[in-house]
Amino acid sequence: MEKVKSLADLKKIRDEVQSRIRLRENSDRPEKLVQIKVAMATCGIASGAKETLNTFVEELELQAIDAVITQTGCMGYCYAEPTVEVTLPGKDPLVFGYVDKTKALEIIEKYIKKQELVDGIIPVTYKTIDE
Amino acid sequence: MKELSLHILDLVQNSIRANADRIEIQVTENIKLDQYCIEIIDNGCGMDEETLKKAIDPYFTSRTTRKVGLGLSLFKQNAELTGGSMSISSEPGKGTRVSAIFGHTHLDRPMMGDIAGTIILLAVSNPSISFRYRHQTDSGSYCFDTQEIKEALGEIPLSNSEIKHYLEDMILENLKSIHYSN
Repeated sequence: MEKVKSLADLKKIRDEVQSRIRLRENSDRPEKLVQIKVAMATCGIASGAKETLNTFVEELELQAIDAVITQTGCMGYCYAEPTVEVTLPGKDPLVFGYVDKTKALEIIEKYIKKQELVDGIIPVTYKTIDE
Repeated sequence: MKELSLHILDLVQNSIRANADRIEIQVTENIKLDQYCIEIIDNGCGMDEETLKKAIDPYFTSRTTRKVGLGLSLFKQNAELTGGSMSISSEPGKGTRVSAIFGHTHLDRPMMGDIAGTIILLAVSNPSISFRYRHQTDSGSYCFDTQEIKEALGEIPLSNSEIKHYLEDMILENLKSIHYSN
């Protein structure tokens, strides 16, 4: 890989990268895509949410799975950080807890690709201690 | 937090929640004064005087999902452990500035860590926000502006894995050049 040090270098490699980009069929219809929200508050970041988010971004890109990956705040499940909410097209969102790199790969392989449930789902009935 | 870059990632979340669309991260290293300064400046909704007073209280948060807000207090604690300090200034409707000074050579100063990965991650997962990261040392300075990058890339998204790696390398190479040029 050639070194890019400046904006001018970046412009030089732009066309080369552009030619390899696959056009996404549903990029203008996010509801048709897998949506992933990684909780990135203090609790999440301290528990390794940055690596989790990076794993989703890189692995989904590598496997050419169209997805919208965003950050969100604390969902209140600090005990189970890093937490991730995954919404498959047409399905209700599911929140997974303790999502490290290995769990993230398992979620992609089993839940996102095959719609099989995996361990670590935080039940919707869960309430925080004050509720 | 083990790294300063994780503190930055955390504090920028406050700016994002404040609906900022322009966030500046400034790191200034001054060996003579033995200072390592980090500033995060945003144009978000800002805070009134009363909220500002409570902002560093670990038992205060504007969130409803939990009762604690540790980001700023941990950052302040880490700065003070190195003989430094942290301050916040804010004005409703104008934005917020968080500044911290760490003792540069203090043993307890966390290392910066993966700042290149942090900046790219922020830019990729918040495409509607412009980030400007400026790092200054006694040898020079480097500025990474996502607005300029987006203009240079045209239609290619920052989330493209090839581009992400190019950009991370670009930041690292430029940081090397301002740290080892003497």
